[in-house]
Amino acid sequence: MSRADVLVTADWAADNLNTPGIVLVEVDEDTSAYDTGHIEGAVKLDWKSDLQDQVIRDFVSKEKFEALLSAKGISNDDTVILYGGNNNWFAAYAYWYFKLYGHSDVKLLDGGRKKWELDGRELTTDTPARDKTSYTAKEQDKTIRAFRDETIEAIGKKNLIDVRSPDEFSGKLLAPAHLPQEQSQRAGHIPTALNVPWSKAANDDGTFRSDDELRKLYVEEAGLDTSKPTIAYCRIGERSSHTWFALHELLGEKDVKNYDGSWTEYGSLVGVPVEKDV
Amino acid sequence: MCGAPAQTLDLEGIDVAKESIVQGTVSRGGSPLGGAYVRLLDSSGEFTAEVVTSATGAFRFFAAPGDWTLRTLAPKAAPLDTAVTAVLGDVVETDVEVPA
Repeated sequence: MSRADVLVTADWAADNLNTPGIVLVEVDEDTSAYDTGHIEGAVKLDWKSDLQDQVIRDFVSKEKFEALLSAKGISNDDTVILYGGNNNWFAAYAYWYFKLYGHSDVKLLDGGRKKWELDGRELTTDTPARDKTSYTAKEQDKTIRAFRDETIEAIGKKNLIDVRSPDEFSGKLLAPAHLPQEQSQRAGHIPTALNVPWSKAANDDGTFRSDDELRKLYVEEAGLDTSKPTIAYCRIGERSSHTWFALHELLGEKDVKNYDGSWTEYGSLVGVPVEKDV
Repeated sequence: MCGAPAQTLDLEGIDVAKESIVQGTVSRGGSPLGGAYVRLLDSSGEFTAEVVTSATGAFRFFAAPGDWTLRTLAPKAAPLDTAVTAVLGDVVETDVEVPA
């Protein structure tokens, strides 16, 4: 696997807006972003209403994912190019999610919506018309998804990477600083977790840092033991998808899982060990 | 949620006493600049959060008390850094002017 297999540049995307078999998909938390302007031909996915079950806390079923992609006009053999706001957090989450359900050819637009906008590239409000398809998903690939019990068992045995900001890691804040401070019952982090904020993997414009910079960041500076499996987590699992992408897709680390329950689940569990630095 | 909420300067429903709010307006050539990216960096220069300005150029962070840097990215402009100090229970207003 190389960078070109999983990432495309804004120039490449601009040259392939109308190429058959290539579908751009914008994934945002705030879907009004898409409605005020998106890349030509891009379809919209809402990370929450489309990708999360609305009753229990889990992803939509395989059948619902198939119905969703069929309705959006995405085929099994399409190359899906994901992009979005928040430095591609939700696009990276969708990338991991597409991999979870076995889509073979999916890539991220490097830098996402931010790079596209900062470049001064065009956005449109025209909604593309795509014919419905008959999409078939695979069973979830649990080799890339970690659950709470496995995460607790990983303490002191596997690499745990907490990708939240230093203040969330230390327990000073419960949520990122642009949000009201609420959510989990307890602040802090999972014992033995390394703190490598997701943002260190990205440049200011939202593009990923080079492979050499990423390897230096995780292995040399943070002390990631590449002989052991790794579980990444954040607060709700999207920033850790970004780090999962950097470790698993860009650096090619073999056994890397995203714990999507993340701190909103772990920080509310009764009796689990928590470290707090403040 | 982890994404940026709509950036308005309305404080309704927010218990200001428990927050350390930094907010303001980004403008270019004297006019409000929507769609700019404002990054909140901590005292060591570490990225903490980022929001997109609203149509009226507004941004807001729920920070912790202390010194921060606002880094403003606007289309086809160099990044612009502004120092700010957040105070518990206070709303610190900081406006950013991007060179035209």
